[in-house]
Amino acid sequence: MPAETDLKAVLGGWPPAVLDPAGPYSEPVTLLSWALLIGGAVVLAIVLAALGVALWGAPSLRKRLGGDKAIWIGGVAFPVVVLTVLLVWGLWLTGDLAAKAPRPGEMRVRVTGEMWWWRVSYLDKAGRPVMQDANELHVPIGETVLLELDSADVIHSFWVPRLAGKMDMIPGRRNLLRIQADQPGTYGGQCAEYCGGPHALMGFAVVAHTPESFKRWRAGRLAPRPAPPPSRGQELFLTSGCAACHTIAGTEARGLAGPDLTHVGSRRTLGAGILPNNRGTLAGWIADSQTLKPGNRMPNYKQFTAEELNALADYLAGLK
Amino acid sequence: MDDRRTGVLFALMATLLLAACEDIAVAPHEANEASITRGKAATQRLGCGACHAIPDIWPQGTTGPALTNFADRGLIAGKLPNRPGELAAYLLDPPATVPGTAMPKIPMTQQDAADIAAFLHHSDAR
Repeated sequence: MPAETDLKAVLGGWPPAVLDPAGPYSEPVTLLSWALLIGGAVVLAIVLAALGVALWGAPSLRKRLGGDKAIWIGGVAFPVVVLTVLLVWGLWLTGDLAAKAPRPGEMRVRVTGEMWWWRVSYLDKAGRPVMQDANELHVPIGETVLLELDSADVIHSFWVPRLAGKMDMIPGRRNLLRIQADQPGTYGGQCAEYCGGPHALMGFAVVAHTPESFKRWRAGRLAPRPAPPPSRGQELFLTSGCAACHTIAGTEARGLAGPDLTHVGSRRTLGAGILPNNRGTLAGWIADSQTLKPGNRMPNYKQFTAEELNALADYLAGLK
Repeated sequence: MDDRRTGVLFALMATLLLAACEDIAVAPHEANEASITRGKAATQRLGCGACHAIPDIWPQGTTGPALTNFADRGLIAGKLPNRPGELAAYLLDPPATVPGTAMPKIPMTQQDAADIAAFLHHSDAR
């Protein structure tokens, strides 16, 4: 089975596991979740036991339960101590999850929430964009990556559960979030703040490489690209209106409203994490994206003949 | 008396015939359960729903024909007889099998193609 067509594999399982941390920025969140769940269960058991005593207990026990001492200890001292410890411990545990400023030399990527996809812009050390992608983020394992999260329209929330907690993407603001993956692999993500119709179909994938593999990937992306050889698919792309919204580096297509398609053929998914990426799904998306992801900003292109649709799908699948 | 006996005989024969029909509908192509299950998973994994409405598969695309009641179809892509072998060959390389078809070649193994054919021909895929 060619791995790139396996949606489950490329997204690291769908829906992404929320209690299976894969890096230092999601471990504290998972630990805190378990502590709250187990602590809550213990407190519930104590309260239910007290209720049992109050209803059916021996008269002497019931008297002690209703006495001043029990109220002061169980009703005041216990909650104050437990909640204070929990607050201090929780803040200590999660205080570093939201980043305040880039560290020197740290990899930086700007991820912008759009209705209903993710614009991904890799930045240089000075914070200038150097390459564009969409719906997919490539990172090296074992080092932190600083994400600058913002939004182009409404509030979205960036959430890759195995790598970090949620962070809202707010128009006019830039929130900083650190992620780190400890093992190579693909980690699924999902918009976690309702952002309109196709919100549930706004998925994301983080691809974590070994350092050598990441270096190769980055060099390949940054290398100057020869213009793609003219083809029937390219001609159709440029003359059918696609270029008004999409950019393909090295061609006349310089639209900015939709995802950059320079490397669309190498993406794991189509339609922001909802479909595997192959010639068939590309053709289906071009002709009929409104059925696949109702309300998305791309209109249906039903005017193409079979031959034209295949030429376009071939062209896009070849943009690695 | 004779008439009544004939009536009972007819009713009996009709029941037997109906029972026989049901047998045929349940196992038309001796596809085994494992293959059908794998075929359903492959159909989902490869994103066939991007163009086809297939029962139990998301999404329900409209670019290609709906594949409900597929086992009852006469022809594949309007050209080939609808048998699992022909279907598997078509799925592996549609343009080579039916030139001019809109369906592109989608990367899959022979096993995938055979399993998807079994799934589409199975009575559950209605």
